[in-house]
Amino acid sequence: MNRDSARTRVVLALLLLTSFTLVTLDFRGRDDGPLNGLRGAAAAIFGPVETATAAVVRPIRGFVDDVRGFGEADDELARLRAENAELRGELRTSELARARAAELDKLLGLAGRGQYKVLPARVVAVGTEQGFEWTATIDAGSGDGIKPDMTVLNGDGLVGRVKRVGPTTATILLAVDPTSSVGARLERSLQIGVVTGRGKRALTLELLDPQTRVRKGDRLVTFGSQGSTPFVPGVPIGAVADVQQTPGALTRTATVAPYVSFTALDLVGVVVEPPREDPRDAVLPPRPRGSQ
Amino acid sequence: MPSGTAARVALSTALLVAAIGAQFAVLAPLRLPAATPDLVLLVALALALAYGPTAGVVIGFSAGLALDLAPPADHPVGQWAMVLCLVGYLAGLAREDAAQSVIVAIGAVAFCAAAANVLYAGVGALLGDPRVTWSGLAGALPAAVLYDVLLTPFVVPGIGALTRGRDPTPAPWRP
Repeated sequence: MNRDSARTRVVLALLLLTSFTLVTLDFRGRDDGPLNGLRGAAAAIFGPVETATAAVVRPIRGFVDDVRGFGEADDELARLRAENAELRGELRTSELARARAAELDKLLGLAGRGQYKVLPARVVAVGTEQGFEWTATIDAGSGDGIKPDMTVLNGDGLVGRVKRVGPTTATILLAVDPTSSVGARLERSLQIGVVTGRGKRALTLELLDPQTRVRKGDRLVTFGSQGSTPFVPGVPIGAVADVQQTPGALTRTATVAPYVSFTALDLVGVVVEPPREDPRDAVLPPRPRGSQ
Repeated sequence: MPSGTAARVALSTALLVAAIGAQFAVLAPLRLPAATPDLVLLVALALALAYGPTAGVVIGFSAGLALDLAPPADHPVGQWAMVLCLVGYLAGLAREDAAQSVIVAIGAVAFCAAAANVLYAGVGALLGDPRVTWSGLAGALPAAVLYDVLLTPFVVPGIGALTRGRDPTPAPWRP
């Protein structure tokens, strides 16, 4: 009797219709649609939940090893083992802190070379692969002065841009996402192109001038957008890994290996103030002994 | 029914919010090969298996809406809601058979997980989302279903016990 009833099917039809309407509304009005208020409210609820969950599991990962294989023997041994585990945990915490400090140093070094004013933040959540989304949540939001379309980077280079902002969290569109495209410039030249994401760890470069000479190993920085939104100039993107030769094509394409490891993001910096002048190639690390 | 409904809504909400936090802040950052376990989907399916089809539709819709709105999401609102209310309904239909046998419960979860991921990609493709590719789906789908099935023995019986513990009148769903 409780298997299936007319009422159930009415509820199903109603909710299917509702979600269809929502999709249509949101698809039409994308970024300033009527549903963004709802997104903001959800970010106010789920953002802190994600931040808290990430904070809880962060120290546990290393500690699990110490607790494992622990304590069947007599009391003294158990006490000593517990003490040992505790001390080792403390050591690991300070190691963790040291690694974090090194990461922060690297970020601040890059920001200093480019004269970017950055706000450090941590990645607390990321999108799933079967959801096809290369996005991440960071633990800083409008309350910290973050606005949509700010550039996000880390100590290695370009991470992406701020897509949406909640009260305490923000959503970043990573540069490897297929909907992300970034204006790029080849190092030491004025040749420009567009870098588009391809998911996981690859990027595609499309050069506007098919006559451009590109070679494996050529390095790319951001070209910089109008008014530095969404991208400030001079941020390292990656190096050309492979050049496709397509005779007769209107543009030349190449595969780019990004500097940033998008599967292991932690500390990032949001550029809250663009540099006064284009840093050109100053942010790229020095070439390992004059190749070219 | 009213007093039971309030308890059900409270329990379902708490479980779904915790699942959102765990899926995006714990499981997804692990970057397991090819996919991430669909914990939110699993919780919704477990609740549908416990409460039946009508509740399954409503719970699926709510879980989907949460997936559409919770921070790292960047797709049209309603895309997961549409898919999960349908899948919640299907899981709810399997309620009685799944209560009899573990194999049926696991089979229902595997089928629903596969259907949900395929339908989600299908809706994305219909909307012209450049992110959705069939090769991407083919790469992620088997891993996603495998992870979901592996997590089922830990999630579904636990939630089943929680729902029975909270409800003074367990099995029959009285409309």
